[in-house]
Formats: sequence, C-alpha cells, structure tokens
Amino acid sequence: MTTQSAEKYRLDGDTLPEGFRLPVSDNEDADEFFVNIGPQHPSTHGVLRIVVRLSGETVVEAVPHLGYIHRGIEKMAENQTYIQNIHLTDRLDYLSAFFNNLCFCMAVEQAMEIGVPERGEYIRVMICELQRLQSHLLWWGVMGMDLGAFTPFLYGFREREMITDIFEEMSGGRLTVNFFRPGGSAFDATENFIPRIKKFIKAMYKSLDEYNTLLSGNVIFLERTRGVGILTREEVLAYGCSGAVLRGSDVCYDVRKNDPYSIYDQFDFDIPTKTEGDSLARYQIKMEEMAQSLRILEQAVKKFPEGPYRSQPKAIYKLPKGSYYSQVETPRGILGTYIVSDGGTKPYRVKYRSPNFSNLSALNHAAQGLKLADLVTIMSSMDFVIPDMDK
Amino acid sequence: MSAETLYPLHNGIGNMVRSLFPESAFIINPIIGLISLVVLVSSLAAVLILLERKVAGHMQLRHGPMRVGYHGILQPLADGVKLIFKEIMQPKGADTFIFYLAPVLPLTATFLVMTIMPFDHHLQLADPSGGVLYIIGVSGLSVLGILLGGWASNNKLSLLGAMRSGAQMISFEVSLALIMLLIVMLSGSASLRGIVLSQQGLIFDWWIFKFPFLGILSFFMYLIASTAELNRTPFDLAEAESELSAGYHTEYSGMGFAMFFFAEFVNMFVSAGLATTLFLGGFHPPLIGISIIDGLLNLLPGFVWFFGKTFFIVFVYMWFRWTFPRVRIDQLMSLEWKMLLPLNLLLLTLGAVFMMLGWAG
Repeated sequence: MTTQSAEKYRLDGDTLPEGFRLPVSDNEDADEFFVNIGPQHPSTHGVLRIVVRLSGETVVEAVPHLGYIHRGIEKMAENQTYIQNIHLTDRLDYLSAFFNNLCFCMAVEQAMEIGVPERGEYIRVMICELQRLQSHLLWWGVMGMDLGAFTPFLYGFREREMITDIFEEMSGGRLTVNFFRPGGSAFDATENFIPRIKKFIKAMYKSLDEYNTLLSGNVIFLERTRGVGILTREEVLAYGCSGAVLRGSDVCYDVRKNDPYSIYDQFDFDIPTKTEGDSLARYQIKMEEMAQSLRILEQAVKKFPEGPYRSQPKAIYKLPKGSYYSQVETPRGILGTYIVSDGGTKPYRVKYRSPNFSNLSALNHAAQGLKLADLVTIMSSMDFVIPDMDK
Repeated sequence: MSAETLYPLHNGIGNMVRSLFPESAFIINPIIGLISLVVLVSSLAAVLILLERKVAGHMQLRHGPMRVGYHGILQPLADGVKLIFKEIMQPKGADTFIFYLAPVLPLTATFLVMTIMPFDHHLQLADPSGGVLYIIGVSGLSVLGILLGGWASNNKLSLLGAMRSGAQMISFEVSLALIMLLIVMLSGSASLRGIVLSQQGLIFDWWIFKFPFLGILSFFMYLIASTAELNRTPFDLAEAESELSAGYHTEYSGMGFAMFFFAEFVNMFVSAGLATTLFLGGFHPPLIGISIIDGLLNLLPGFVWFFGKTFFIVFVYMWFRWTFPRVRIDQLMSLEWKMLLPLNLLLLTLGAVFMMLGWAG
C-alpha cells in the first residue's frame, strides 16, 4: 500500500515536513509516519490542523498549522471606526464574545477617560460570568465527547441554553452579541434579567452535582486524564499560557484578582489552583471556576443597583494619539487588546493577545511521548476555540 | 428426571416436513431453518438500531427518532432505504477486492454464530457438541473483516483503527474463551443446549449463582470482555471518532458501512445471547421455589425468557455506551493481559477445585 503523504514528505530522505524540529530518527526500524488531525477532524473544534508525527501510536511531535480560519480581523480593524470594531471582536472567540467586546471597550474607555455607571458595571460582570459559565458548559460537554462519552455534550447544552436565552433577550444575539459600548452597554438590562439569572443559578448548582456524578468521578475518565499532558510551572510561564492551563500548574494568576477591572474587586470569590499540571487538574479547575462564577452571580443579583446603565454616549470616538492596552480574563485565559491611535476615528493598529494562541504553543510539549488519544485529551483540557488563534 | 426426558428433541415443522417429503426432508428442513434465521437476523438488526437510538435519546434527555411512523418505529426502514441508495465510494489506491470483501465477513461471522443459538427447547438450528469451540472459531472472522477493511482503505487513520481493533479483539477473545471454558468445565458439556440444560431448576441453579461467589465475578468479567470484543464504548477504540475520525470504516459509505454496523448490532445480540446461555439459564424461567409464582412463570414460553434476558443484557451494553468515556489503547491492553487474563486463570483453577470438592455442578 502506498500512501500519498509518504511521497510528499519524502520520508526516506532527510527532509521533514515544515515545522518539525526533532531530527529524523537514527533507528532504521523506526516506524514513524505523519497523520493530519484536522482541519475537518471532530476534535479540532473550529478549524485547526495539527500534523502529528507518530511512531506507532506514540506522538513524537505535534505541529499545529495555522491559517485555515484566517480572516484578517486585525487588518480589517484599521479600516473601521472604534464602534464598528466592537462587532469584529465578537468573531475573535465566539464563546467569549462578551469578554472580547469588553476588552476592546475598556481600551477605548481608558483612552477617552470615560467612566461606567455602577449599574453598567454590574451588567458587565454578570453578563461576563454568565458567558464564562456558558463557555465552560460547552467545554465540559466537548471534553466528555473527546474522551468518547457523548452524553455530557447534550447535558451541558441543557443549561447552556438557559444562558443563551438570557443573552438573546439582552442583546438579540446568541453567539455574536455586539453588546458592550464604551461607557456601558448598548441596552439596559431587561426586567426578566434578574429573575432569569436567579432561576439559572438554582438549576446550575443542581446540575454541577450531576456533572460530577456523570463524568468527574468516573474511573475511566480519571485514568484518561490523571498524569496526562503534564506542564510544569516553569513551562507554562515560558510558553505564556494563561487561564486554567496556567492555574493548573500552580501559578495563581487571574486578571480578575491580580489586575482587577470593572468591579471584580467588590466580589468575594476564589481563584482555584492545582499543583499537578495535568489534564485532570485543568479539568477540576474549570469545574471549580463554574462554582465560583455562580458565587459572583449570587452576590451580584443581591446588589444589582438602579440607575443609568451607560454614561453619556459619544457618537464618534476620536482616541488621542498614543497606545492603549487593556486585558480581561476570558474563560480560556488572558485576552489583551492593544490599540495604537494616530488621533483619528479609526485605529492605526490593533493587536489582540489571544489566550488560545499561547496555550496552543504548549501543546507539542505536553503531548510528546504520549498516545494519540492523549493528544485529544490535552487539546480538550486546554479548551481551544480556534478563531482567535488565527485572527 | 433428566433434562432429556423432560424435553425430548422434536419439532413440529420438522416432523411435518419429514412425513410429507420423506425423501428430501434433509434438504427442505435446513432451508426452512436458514430462511427463518435470515428473517430473524435482519429484523433483529432493525429492532436493535431503533432501540439503541431510543435508549440513547432517553439517556441524553432527548426523544431520538420520532418522525417516521409512530415514535419513529419506521426509522430503521428509512435508514435502510437511505443507505441502499447512497453511492459507494472507493478511495484512490484502495485494494478493490479486499475493500468490498471486508464488510461481508463480520456479518457472516455473526450469522454463523446465530445458527447454534438455543432460543428455546426446540428453537435451535443446529446443536454441535463442540458448540463453544465453534463460536470461538467462527467469531474470529469479524476481526478479519475489520482488519482487512482498515488495511484496504488506504487511509492511515483507518489502518490505525483496524490494527487497534485487531489487537483488542484477539486479546479479549482469550479472556472470553477462558470464561466459556470455565462454564464448559462446570456444566460438563460444550454444546450450548447442554449448557442451558445443566442450569435447569431454580434461579439459583443458573451458573451466575450456582458457581459459589465466583459466578457473579465471572459474569461481570464476561460483560467486560464481550463489550471489548464488540468494539463498543468504553472499548470502542477501533472507531474512536474523536481520535481516528471513525477508524476502520472511515472510508466506507452506503451499504459497506451499513454492513459493518449491521454486524455490530447483531453481534451485540449474539454476545448478550451467549451471556444468557452461559450464565442466566438460557430459556429457563427464573423459578424461585414457590409453586404459585413458578406456575405463573412457567406459563411463558422459553423463547420469551431468552429474548427478555438477552435484551436486558443488550440494554446494559447500551447503558455502558451512553455513559462511559473511552479508555486508551494501552490501558485496554493492560486491563486484558494484566488483570482479566490472570484472574481468569485463577478462576479456572478455583473452578476445578470447587468441582473436586463437589461445591459446584
């Protein structure tokens, strides 16, 4: 049997496909071959292509190839006004659209020195925590599915739907929402907002227990994740990882606590950390984060104030000359927005520091020497959402 | 009274054919048997496919198929029509003959095992005295089908899936064979009918309870090993869709794919049927020694008990599938070679000791 890729990659020579760094194996009997995971692969949610160099079923090297979902968002930003740019940020990481909106708005607010009224900040925090839960719920289902259990996927969607309905009522959008504006948000909270969240919190506490029964304690699940894809403290720092990947390796850094934005400093919540640095640690951290988000929501629901939801809006923003940076803690880690302004109505340059891109860079290191199935586990535990890797 | 005098071998259709066509009865009788088996196998596959989708639906808080017919009862028919009319594609560079041969083999294996399944006292196509050996031998064909399918597809993921499943199925075949051997040893018969008849009596005479303490253990080991043999979650490494796209049948479409799945579903029934035969008393009702209740239980014919028990085991397989994540290939192998196999050998020895002491059988 001849395979086309063997000819293409000229395995008999010294040439390795682009991106591979380890030398060609000296061992004559080495049975190395290359397998494409993605772009159409079920476990590459979105469009990620990973070329895996396998020896039998052991991963020798895994090289991500980007460019399959490239839409030039950073370049497009230069031709659109600041307000128009907000809807582009939705498309960065569609599972944290509100965070992306918020991050961009915060950079503009910083430049224009706009404040946000208290009610506006509460809306921001509550919406963002709902979004974190929504994102984590999908991640939880997908993690189960990647490990071969299909049922969690549908269970996760049950509660996710409640959140998405809240978003739909607030902003009209379910995935790409275009909701926050400099100085607040586009619309005020609807009268259903608080009752719906209360109902959701009640349902979610019950569901979290159910999730733990279904997946977290399952012996096969523990066997598949414990000790798989270990990243040490030094490694995650060196690769610039953030989010659960960072905190799973015993680095306690969360933008909400360490560089507080909005009104997060007024809430009482914990940042879970683990020392193991394996897939199970990342999983447990995300599960704990869901509980912490619920805590924040509970507090916010109690104190939700009346008043204006947005400070005096300005029709056209002209940012003063200079550069501005803001960062938020998305469900997957630190999202940074860097804006360079030349004083006009459109940004001179916009650069996003996306969490998934940095997390992806650690994938090869985490997966080396493990089985092909572990690569999928690690990818799930790192919770990649592809579009913001490849803007 | 011995089982043979209680249930003498005779059957109505056979006797009728023998009296009407005394010359050609030896041809007509097997043909009637085979036709009824074909009908049974094809209708079983349809029932099982619908059942799987319904069980999955209810476990996943959804309805499953609902549109085609009452509660989606005609869904298998619609699926069948769709699969027949789908174009069969063959990848570039594939080995044509083997590519088309491969899906037939697992189905053949399944069908061959069904021929000796004892559905009731007189519902069994053939009862070779070495029935258990026949099962072990014939079921190897399905491994061959999967291996060839993966090999002939000219796709590395398919090949990986096929190799995995080859290793997996052959490994767990060892455990399955040892468990069957244990039952053969206890019942003193390798014919399936003989094994069922050895469990005649109360529910406590079934091998799961009759073989003290260890019957339940070996029953659970049978469940694990047969799930692995069936390539079903949590041991569905051959088709692990999140790692290998879909493993050995990635490149199959239309009826090629359907035949692999046809075989998988009927195989599930066969495995469950064997579990019933070996451990759960086959077609015997679960008598408990209280004459009123036993009289009621005896009213139901044997095949109802057989199908009832078998479908319960089938449900257990489905339950596994829709709740468990998948194990990794090395974990699967160490489960077989480091846990199940030594445990099985120990069980076999203990079984022999128990028999010598007269505790079992």
